[in-house]
Amino acid sequence: MSKKKISAEREVSYAKWGYIFIAPFFIAFLIFQFVPLAQTIYYSFFEYYRSGLTVIGPNPVGLDNYKALLESDFLKYAGNTVILWLAGFIPQIIISLLLAAWFTDVRLRIKGKQFFKVVIYMPNLIMASAFAMLFFALFSNNGPVNATLVSLGILEHPFRFLSSVAGTRGLVAMMNFLMWFGNTTILLMAAVMGINPALFEAAELDGCSPRQTFFRITLPMIRPILVYVLITSMIGGLQMFDVPQILTNGKGSPDRTVTTLIMFLNNHLYSKNYGMAGAVSVVLFIICAILCLLVYFNLNPTESDRKIKKRDKLKPRKEALNG
Amino acid sequence: MDKKPSHARTVIAYIVLIILTFLCLFFFYILLINCTRSHQQIQHGFSFLPGSSFVKNFNNVIHDAKLPVLSGIKNSLIVSACCAALATYFSTLTAYGLYAYNFKLKKPAFIFIMLILVMPTQVSAMGFINVITKMGMINTLYPLILPSVAAPAVFYFMYSYMQSSLPLELIEAARIDGCNEFKTFNRIVLPIMKPAIAVQAIFAFVQNWNNYFIPALVLQENSKRTLPILIAMLRSADFLKFDMGKVYMLITIAIVPIIIVYIALSRYIVAGVALGGVKE
Repeated sequence: MSKKKISAEREVSYAKWGYIFIAPFFIAFLIFQFVPLAQTIYYSFFEYYRSGLTVIGPNPVGLDNYKALLESDFLKYAGNTVILWLAGFIPQIIISLLLAAWFTDVRLRIKGKQFFKVVIYMPNLIMASAFAMLFFALFSNNGPVNATLVSLGILEHPFRFLSSVAGTRGLVAMMNFLMWFGNTTILLMAAVMGINPALFEAAELDGCSPRQTFFRITLPMIRPILVYVLITSMIGGLQMFDVPQILTNGKGSPDRTVTTLIMFLNNHLYSKNYGMAGAVSVVLFIICAILCLLVYFNLNPTESDRKIKKRDKLKPRKEALNG
Repeated sequence: MDKKPSHARTVIAYIVLIILTFLCLFFFYILLINCTRSHQQIQHGFSFLPGSSFVKNFNNVIHDAKLPVLSGIKNSLIVSACCAALATYFSTLTAYGLYAYNFKLKKPAFIFIMLILVMPTQVSAMGFINVITKMGMINTLYPLILPSVAAPAVFYFMYSYMQSSLPLELIEAARIDGCNEFKTFNRIVLPIMKPAIAVQAIFAFVQNWNNYFIPALVLQENSKRTLPILIAMLRSADFLKFDMGKVYMLITIAIVPIIIVYIALSRYIVAGVALGGVKE
């Protein structure tokens, strides 16, 4: 009895330490993220901008900022963001899956795996703004890439990459691809190596071709990681800013076809139109919140999810029995 | 018959890998070549051999009156190093608090951090600028450093690492030996977490070294600016009049130190990526 009491008292005193240890995190979060977010949402319902040196507002205007948002080029910029993201993500996921399958295939015995991994991950650590500046210099009208293409006889005249929509979008997509395919490859490889090797052995014994093994075993087994890669890449795509901003000097040229949502937000922040900046932020926040929820359920499968998975496992057996 | 297709696949795999390696390295090769050549040489055409203007370009960039490069390097170093230290220490502390103790709000706190795990900071940028202006921190380095105390992705990595390599019995033993809770954390938990801390410190450093969006909004004075902002300034300058040797040199200064550190520690970094799953 007395022993229990002591241990209970002890637990109470230890609980205090739990709160103390997690306090700095939550205080920093409150000051630098929660209060700012609340203010962002609050001001999205106000007319609040700077015209020259005079500050106008804050005057409550209800949903006017959101209406103005729909009438502005917001949807065009959302479309740009999606196009730029997809143009980078599709080649990225294909190449990454291919490389992950090759690196983990015992039958291929690729040499220098570590070397290739180090090389393909490197662009991920490069400063995106410096990388964009480098591409701007290399692909400018009289830059080294054009000079080489002309001197090799591939092109007659220099191609003006940054004046053409496809050229500029292509460069942004290529940079995003180069920066992220190594990271994705390493994540997918770790997932493939986590699969029970007995499955691959069984497949080999059963005479599965490499293609069959990939589509019937590897892909279904790494589905959770694939979902994770997809969602985090979507969030990364929504945040796309440094590369198009530096490449086009913030203009999104030609004709604002590479202006992304965050570039749009940045323009409003820069011109101190806080009401509109708030409205853009809230829309972005809602999309991100949905994606955050998806990541949460992907990393922490709930009870009902597990039950569904179990049921799924049982289903084929039932069908087999019925058949 | 079984060997032949496998052989062809190996050849294809190597060809694709070599093309990708070329893509990853070629741009940096041009960068390194061009930062050693003078403006005239660069305008004249591309060469595969380095020139002899490395020192001259370097001095030109460092002593440019309009681009405070030296203070830019210093500011970037201060911000990145402080962020790496704060993010790893406090994330480990938070993870330890949720891992080793039982208290009422334990589960809600954990769920909350997991929910904001991948929430981008850009969505609250407008309010962030407002708040730090009211706090008098605009145009200082503090608003770039202090938010690192709350780094959910680092927390998640630390928490997962604790689950696999920090036995609770060890903490019990320390308590019996009369260690207080804070001492236990600093003297026993931190040393065990060293490998995880090292990996996350590198990621936090690189992420903040490369960060552009928030610093560009916060820092308005030339002497406070970090390297990515200087690159943006260079981009918005009248490009045709610019010394290209200087442009390539500034890019080199911004990315080569990171590449050197990466090559030296690549084994741990690549392993860290595979382990983490979560990285922003």
